[in-house]
Amino acid sequence: MSIASHLELSGVGISFPTDKGLFCALQNVNLKINKGEFVSLIGHSGCGKSTVLNIIAGLYQASTGGVILDGKEVNEPGPERAVVFQNHSLLPWLSCYQNVELAVKQVFGGKKSKAEIREWILHNLELVHMTHALDKRPDEISGGMKQRVGIARALAMQPKVLLMDEPFGALDALTRAHLQDSLMEIHATLGNTVIMITHDVDEAVLLSDRIVMMSNGPAASIGDILDVPLARPRDRLALAEDPAYNKCRQQVLQFLYQRQQRPAA
Amino acid sequence: MSNLSVAKRISQTQTQVVLPLMKKLAPQLILPIVGILVFLLCWHVIAGKIDTSLGKFPGPVQVYEQFNGLVAAHVKEQERAAAFYERQEKRNAAKLEKNPDAKVKIRPYTGKPTFFSQIVTSLYTAMTGFALASLIAIPLGIVCGLSSHMYSAANPLIQVFKPVSPLAWLPLVTMLVSALYVSDDPLLSKSFLTSAITVALCCLWPTLVNTIVGVSSIPQDLQNVSRVLRLKPLTHVRRIVLPASIPMIFTGLRLSLATGWMVLIAAEMLAQNPGLGKFIWDEFQNGSSQSLSRIMVAVLVIGLIGFALDRLMLAVQRLVSWDKSAVLR
Repeated sequence: MSIASHLELSGVGISFPTDKGLFCALQNVNLKINKGEFVSLIGHSGCGKSTVLNIIAGLYQASTGGVILDGKEVNEPGPERAVVFQNHSLLPWLSCYQNVELAVKQVFGGKKSKAEIREWILHNLELVHMTHALDKRPDEISGGMKQRVGIARALAMQPKVLLMDEPFGALDALTRAHLQDSLMEIHATLGNTVIMITHDVDEAVLLSDRIVMMSNGPAASIGDILDVPLARPRDRLALAEDPAYNKCRQQVLQFLYQRQQRPAA
Repeated sequence: MSNLSVAKRISQTQTQVVLPLMKKLAPQLILPIVGILVFLLCWHVIAGKIDTSLGKFPGPVQVYEQFNGLVAAHVKEQERAAAFYERQEKRNAAKLEKNPDAKVKIRPYTGKPTFFSQIVTSLYTAMTGFALASLIAIPLGIVCGLSSHMYSAANPLIQVFKPVSPLAWLPLVTMLVSALYVSDDPLLSKSFLTSAITVALCCLWPTLVNTIVGVSSIPQDLQNVSRVLRLKPLTHVRRIVLPASIPMIFTGLRLSLATGWMVLIAAEMLAQNPGLGKFIWDEFQNGSSQSLSRIMVAVLVIGLIGFALDRLMLAVQRLVSWDKSAVLR
């Protein structure tokens, strides 16, 4: 018997009812992801990347096929598949500390003591370098900081899989680079399985072990999967000169702009 | 330097100090005062030209006189009540001196309610009705906001009952209270219950509708956070739904309180529940030369109390709301 993969999507498809009948958004998505792997989903807008992520999160139900995590079928959302949302989704009435606390108390409520809970919250905020703003509310910190707290909240759930829906899409280039470095650091330390949606080719190549390139919808599916054979830790400056890095970049760009023409926008 | 130029310079510095101050105060203080003065002037001029069967329509001066008269009557009535209780105590003390086992009791003073005791009754009734309405509307609104099925079921009823006037409810409520609230020693008087329930029936709707809108427009992302965390339904309501919809709930509560206060006066007039409504009705029936002025006093007091109640709710909202930066009006 072969070792079952950590996370497996088999024959996943989803249709939404519309005025003109069923709209098939995704069809036959098959993907196996190993423990500790960093996988990016890339594709043109509207190709169903977020839908795939939401199905893994359990926020949507697949119409056909299904998702199996560690031998169990996924059919509802849960903290073992924590999500980092595109626009941070922090609760605006809670401080940074309280936002993480809500998640930690929910997940570790009966299992950790009060002191341990506090320590765990601080530890996760430390990972994203946000301990200086514990008592600040989301509207008092910058967009990058909010996203850091959002990541801390997700990490604090100690998820089996960390799902990130364009986590840095709304940030400026410099902040994004900082957060990418932080994310690589965290991934190196904790070894989480990460699935990240991105629009950014450089980001995908820099961060991922594999890049899943999606074909255009309707009835979108996986077009191609690219292995990124770059050694870790990766350094963005050194990689700029690296032929392997540039080759990967080239392949993703080729897929996006030659094999999958941008749909009329 | 001549005296003249010194004087000129002083007046210049004065204008330099005074003008900016005027500019700063004008919108907040001076303009409202100007508005009120213009209103009083128009009122005075127009009132003097109107003759009614009860004499001239009261102007600001007559109304002010009547206000003082009502205050004096209130003070007098209080003195009478105090004297009444004092007499009883003296009598009881004397009785106890003769016979220590004697049964003594204090009878309540049953004098005529004054204008100010009517205000207290009105406020008490309105608050009871408002509290009753809020206790129903907020939980019901949350349930309807969370569940589209519940909303579909409740919506037609809300739309139909929302525009009903309090006067239409009143006879039904009166009969229901008479039929259902049967007690030999009633804790609450029937007329009080009737008015309070009528107020509740009318001021239920703004809170209900606004709570539904507030709850159903919680951003999908926040709901997803709750789903990923697997918050239990009650925790979801407490940690996500309530804080997120507090601003809308308060908008509804303020509208409800204003409606309730408005409805109360009409309800009291018809239900003959002691209160401002009854005061106005009695004065109207009384038809003395002072009646119109007294009614005008009541009108102004009703307005001022309504305004004060709204400010009070605003203060509570500021206290409860997490979003201190929001502009609350």
